[in-house]
Amino acid sequence: MKPLIASTLSGILMMFLALWVRDKSRVSTLALGLLVIVLGIDIWSLREVLSQNSALHFFSGMLIYDSFSLWFFTLMTGATLLYVLLCRKHIERVGQHVAEYYALIFFILSAINLLAGYGNLLILFLGIEIISIPQYVLAGSDKRNLKSSEASLKYFLMGAFSTGFLLMGIALLYGATGTFDIASLNLGSNGGDINILALTGIILLIVALGFKVSAAPMHFWTPDVYDGAPTPFTALMATIIKVALFVAFIRLFMNGFGLVNEHWKIVIAVVTALTLLIGNITAVFQQSVKRMLAYSSISQAGFMLFAVLANNAFSLKSIIIYSVAYTLATIGMFTILMKLKDYTYDGFNGLAKKDPMLALFGAIFIFSLAGIPLTAGFFAKWYVLTSVLEHDNNLLWLVLFALVMAVVSVFYYFKVIIAMYFKPGDTAMAHPVSAADRFYIGLTAALVILIGAMPNLLLYLIAPAQ
Amino acid sequence: MVLSLCLIMQFCEHPGQELQHSISWIPAIGASLSLSAGAGAAILVLLTAVVFPLIFIAQWQRPIENQSRFYGLMLLSQAGLMGVFLAHDLLLFYFFWELALIPVYFLCSLWGGEKRIRVTFKFFIYTFLGSLIMLSAIIWLYVQTPTRSFDYATILQTGQSLSFGTQQVFFWLLFIAFAIKMPLFPFHTWQPDTYEQSATPVTIVLSAVMVKMGLFAAYKWLLPVLPEGTAYWSQTVMVLSVTGIIYASLLAMVQSDLKRIVAYSSIAHVGLMSLGLFADTPVATNGFIFQMFNHGINITGMWLIVSMIEDRYKTRDLKALGGMSGAAPAIAISLVIIAFASIGLPLTNGFIGEFMLFLGVFQSANPNHIAFMVIAGLGIILGAIYTLNMVQKVAYGTPKTTLQIEKIRPGELFCLVIIIIIIIVLGVYPKLLLGLIG
Repeated sequence: MKPLIASTLSGILMMFLALWVRDKSRVSTLALGLLVIVLGIDIWSLREVLSQNSALHFFSGMLIYDSFSLWFFTLMTGATLLYVLLCRKHIERVGQHVAEYYALIFFILSAINLLAGYGNLLILFLGIEIISIPQYVLAGSDKRNLKSSEASLKYFLMGAFSTGFLLMGIALLYGATGTFDIASLNLGSNGGDINILALTGIILLIVALGFKVSAAPMHFWTPDVYDGAPTPFTALMATIIKVALFVAFIRLFMNGFGLVNEHWKIVIAVVTALTLLIGNITAVFQQSVKRMLAYSSISQAGFMLFAVLANNAFSLKSIIIYSVAYTLATIGMFTILMKLKDYTYDGFNGLAKKDPMLALFGAIFIFSLAGIPLTAGFFAKWYVLTSVLEHDNNLLWLVLFALVMAVVSVFYYFKVIIAMYFKPGDTAMAHPVSAADRFYIGLTAALVILIGAMPNLLLYLIAPAQ
Repeated sequence: MVLSLCLIMQFCEHPGQELQHSISWIPAIGASLSLSAGAGAAILVLLTAVVFPLIFIAQWQRPIENQSRFYGLMLLSQAGLMGVFLAHDLLLFYFFWELALIPVYFLCSLWGGEKRIRVTFKFFIYTFLGSLIMLSAIIWLYVQTPTRSFDYATILQTGQSLSFGTQQVFFWLLFIAFAIKMPLFPFHTWQPDTYEQSATPVTIVLSAVMVKMGLFAAYKWLLPVLPEGTAYWSQTVMVLSVTGIIYASLLAMVQSDLKRIVAYSSIAHVGLMSLGLFADTPVATNGFIFQMFNHGINITGMWLIVSMIEDRYKTRDLKALGGMSGAAPAIAISLVIIAFASIGLPLTNGFIGEFMLFLGVFQSANPNHIAFMVIAGLGIILGAIYTLNMVQKVAYGTPKTTLQIEKIRPGELFCLVIIIIIIIVLGVYPKLLLGLIG
């Protein structure tokens, strides 16, 4: 319970702090301090669970802390810490209510805690709502900007709609099984059969969760919301929040519906193929790098859906690696983007001449997103694709399709490289790149390479979870 | 300084026979950092170690923009190439395979002709597609291994135990990747443009060494791993090879750009090598390894001379060239010798290699081996036609330029002398290298 309490309390504390602390930069520093404390508490709880070698149950199994959920939460808190270090100046520039933004980020963290450890459908619902509402606010936080307000409203309306699906799905499952508890759903315990009520519930849950992780054809909100929201918050929504929702997705389908997978696997397979196709093909035609990254987040979601499809011991490992690889590279890329004045591809022209170091880091992030070896992105793709082929070969077609789509992704990712390195031009910077920025972006790039060379580092701690 | 560092690095390597070195890398998925130098690998590492210093020496007196970046990327690509030849672990092999591509992508895009960015992007997409198709095969093969390992022995065992039908699917997944890299007809369309547009030192890396990645990969990871699939499809591959030889030779005859002629001749030579490889007889295989080395050396010499000509005459157009034997006799003589080696005249290394390849194809069990031999032989004759035609137009005839043609520089002379020594020594006493192959 400690990590959950710590992150929620930090959020409340941040809200009240705004009354006394007026200086924006001091607010950021305080938020960083609180994040470090939360991270410390995470690690403390993780050690506890690892040393006891058994999961902790709270509220009669509504919340379960095992080594996977705590390790994931620790990683995400670390990623948030890195995110705040990278983007603090930009968060401060968005508007007047900086302390509130940080408070919302802490509430998002507590929701991630629920999503990583829920053992009950109600907690899943709570987690998804708690993670969504701050996003509606953050997307609209740039109040003077029409696009930001539009993004917020659009996201809110569509999100409310998908919540309806989620609740209906949970209700149908309750009707079919008489319980909210995932461990006692008992679907498929009588030889894989399933009644139509539960199956409808599962399909509705696929729609709702697919909406949240922007899987096609539930993806239409993504480009507009990501494009309209202030860039620092887009970076948060596209990375940490998205992968947390994926973890919730995987846990539900593995622990709850794992035994009846032949009934839903084909649906997810089709959704995966659609997501890959639409995400990649549409991304090719974008002019703005911010919008391209929005579509790339859709196509990366397609790869993460493989972890749902795999439905075996490797799913959790692969989603951990994919989360970290994707989060690092995307946050890094967004940070570089925020430094530029012009968000189109042309805005990157000549960056390698103007700031070779920044261009090199950018190239590393792009390589990771495209899945080139020696970057974390390669192992991320490797793991999700291997995990899906681990027990049966039926999905080989999908793996081949995904790899062809990965070639398509090179078209839009490498446009950035071409602009940075081979096009003449003088990049217009919106904000100076300070030595601290350089250090943290470099650290992110170094982590991408380190995980790409030695993915063991991440797997070492997850191994006991299985 | 960068230069000297790289030289030290290269000469510290002593490729021996069947050296093996292995440490654990990612135990969780059974991958290890395992390197091994068999006969073929040792010779290709030797080739890499010879070609790169030659490129650097020839480049010595020619200033290039952004020197440190250029040499850094060259060395990175060299590391990747050596890794591909030495990898004894399938995942590691894939790692190096991609690692060699990235620096070359930058090298081709940063230095070279006007259309280089588009052309290089095409090349990158082409080979990346091949790589990812190969990756799907690697993943699939990996999940079939009993112990979840990428080790060569395990992969060998798993591959061989696959059913005939599965082997065929695997064969194509891997073969397409390798064929794009070679490049084998009809997967070659990226090659002439890329060779033409990239700067000559990079073209040398591409054609002398990188091409061998595809050939060597087929030799090490395709033939032994999927024997039944290969046996069934080798006929098709051989047809493709000879088609490539004839097709490329015919195209080479009508080109007037020096770089394009050499580029097409390279496709023809690669076609001959893959013909020998897929004939799958001991003599042909030995000839194949031997010829991989020769081709690397000869084509390096060819490109060096092309770049010298381009430097002096400011053009690569055959119609504007002529009379070099009077203006720069040393270069002209070298061109003649290297051209002879490239068409396989006796006393040069090319003769031995091609002879062994032909003998191997003749001995092969393939029912159409005579036909393949005849067509490939025709290709050699065509090769002689366009190569000698090129030599004649460049070296002899009347000079058509008013430019003052500079004599050969010491660095250039040194490179050419080394190449010619290798050509003649291996032509007279091939046992030097063949002994290594066994």
